[in-house]
Amino acid sequence: MKNRVVLYFSAVQSEQPIIYQLIKNTDLIVNILKADINPQKEGYLVVELEGDKPHYEAGIKFLENLGVIVEPLSQTVVWHDELCIQCGACASFCPTQALSIERESMIVSFDNSRCVVCGMCLECCPTLAIKLHFELKEAV
Amino acid sequence: MTCKKTYEEINEKIRRGEAVVVTAEEVIDVVAEKGYAKAAQEIDVVTTGTFGPMCSSGVFINFGHSKPRIRMQKVWLNGVEAYGGIAAVDAYLGATQVADNDPENKVYPGRFMYGGGHVIHDLVAGKEIRLEAISYGTDCYPNKKVDTVITLADVNEAFMFNPRNAYQNYNCAVNLGDKNIYTYMGVLKPRLGNAAYSTAGQLSPLFNDPHYRTTGIGTRIFLGGGVGYVAWNGTQHHPNVPRGENGVPMATAGTLSLIGDLKQMDPHWLVGLSYLGYGPTLAVGVGIPIPILDEEMLRYTAVKDEEIFCPVVDYHQGYPYGNHTDLGFVSFKDLKSGKVTINGQEVVTTPQSSYPRARQIAGILKAWIQAGQFELTQPVAALPGADSQIDFKSLPDRQPNGVLSMVRNRR
Repeated sequence: MKNRVVLYFSAVQSEQPIIYQLIKNTDLIVNILKADINPQKEGYLVVELEGDKPHYEAGIKFLENLGVIVEPLSQTVVWHDELCIQCGACASFCPTQALSIERESMIVSFDNSRCVVCGMCLECCPTLAIKLHFELKEAV
Repeated sequence: MTCKKTYEEINEKIRRGEAVVVTAEEVIDVVAEKGYAKAAQEIDVVTTGTFGPMCSSGVFINFGHSKPRIRMQKVWLNGVEAYGGIAAVDAYLGATQVADNDPENKVYPGRFMYGGGHVIHDLVAGKEIRLEAISYGTDCYPNKKVDTVITLADVNEAFMFNPRNAYQNYNCAVNLGDKNIYTYMGVLKPRLGNAAYSTAGQLSPLFNDPHYRTTGIGTRIFLGGGVGYVAWNGTQHHPNVPRGENGVPMATAGTLSLIGDLKQMDPHWLVGLSYLGYGPTLAVGVGIPIPILDEEMLRYTAVKDEEIFCPVVDYHQGYPYGNHTDLGFVSFKDLKSGKVTINGQEVVTTPQSSYPRARQIAGILKAWIQAGQFELTQPVAALPGADSQIDFKSLPDRQPNGVLSMVRNRR
């Protein structure tokens, strides 16, 4: 199975080679999509984890046992449909087509599973309909 | 057989619930199936729509008098200043007004989270708004300070009066520089990284009436979810530009000044926007009905995206500094496809105007007319047309010394 998750680290955890241990212990394929890790400060990683189900679950358990908060990516970037005016500006900035326009109707939609949390859409959305929920947890 | 209809004949059909109304998209299919002559006989009204950022927008408000009375000299709504230099408790709030405490572009590019457009949106949504006003105090208006909370329902009058809306054609904006730029056309990536455009194309009001035959002063329209009127030509109305054979201008051309009762409007159709590095503004929904008086009008309304072209303009050096590079034209069909070719390079397109909402507006206006709630109006006076000799003037660059002393000595 393959999943995109966000890992929130405390300041102490940021000093540990957690990803190294994760790969070594569980044999998961780890693809880091976005990272904000600084010494002595809390931070986060957006990663894609790939492996068979027992290994995947072991990996998540390993991270949680270390106190790392694991959240599905879908809860991190939220597209507020009710704020969106369907202009479509975001789609031309989205590198993975998570935000895309169906050209016949010109309707914009957001496919969570394709999002890599690059944040480009946050800048170009004039109604601020796309929100990022990192800040809320970085203090953990 | 030539087809001629009058406004009164069309309105009579609307009152009887028999008018044939289609949107500016649907008319294209009708023409493809039946041809111009037959379509002109059958169709009575074509509805248009557009929904996008329209910076030259705002509202006049009369707040009602405080006790004791105040002649509001400076006025703020939720910390956003409105112009108070009119009668005692009247003010005008503009869409692009920046909040007093906004960091602007001090940390570049600024986010401009809240401004005039957002206040208008909140007002129309019925939210509570903080009203602050100060004055110097007079015998008739002794109060010097007001700090209270109002809603749209509390004020005497609130009407939207937009000096320039519904631009007939607009630039396709690109960036030939080496860095991101932050404009009213959105973020423009360097080296032709994207091409931003803002028009509803075949649905857009003035593309469907390119010579302003039926759209003029007094035309009743859809404005912000309510009923409004064309008040005047818009500012920067410049109809005498090069046009295609279909009459569609090849550059920014006609504009409309629009007016309507804010209390009838809907926050869905007036949305505050924050343009990174540029400022706040307001997305306005406008829909204009076009009576099919004859086959000529029908032909105008059958205009298609591939027959509408807009000029490509560089916003790095061209627009701001007037150092223009000829980048040619792109069709609205290509813009809508997501990719255009500029200087031989394939460029992704960034829409600013909402096509789905433009389509909804044309649909709503159609429903209003079909239900007999909305009749068409013959313009009281025409807008200046393509044969007018309007100069598109720039600001003169003069030494102000002499002028200043004139002002001082006027008394």
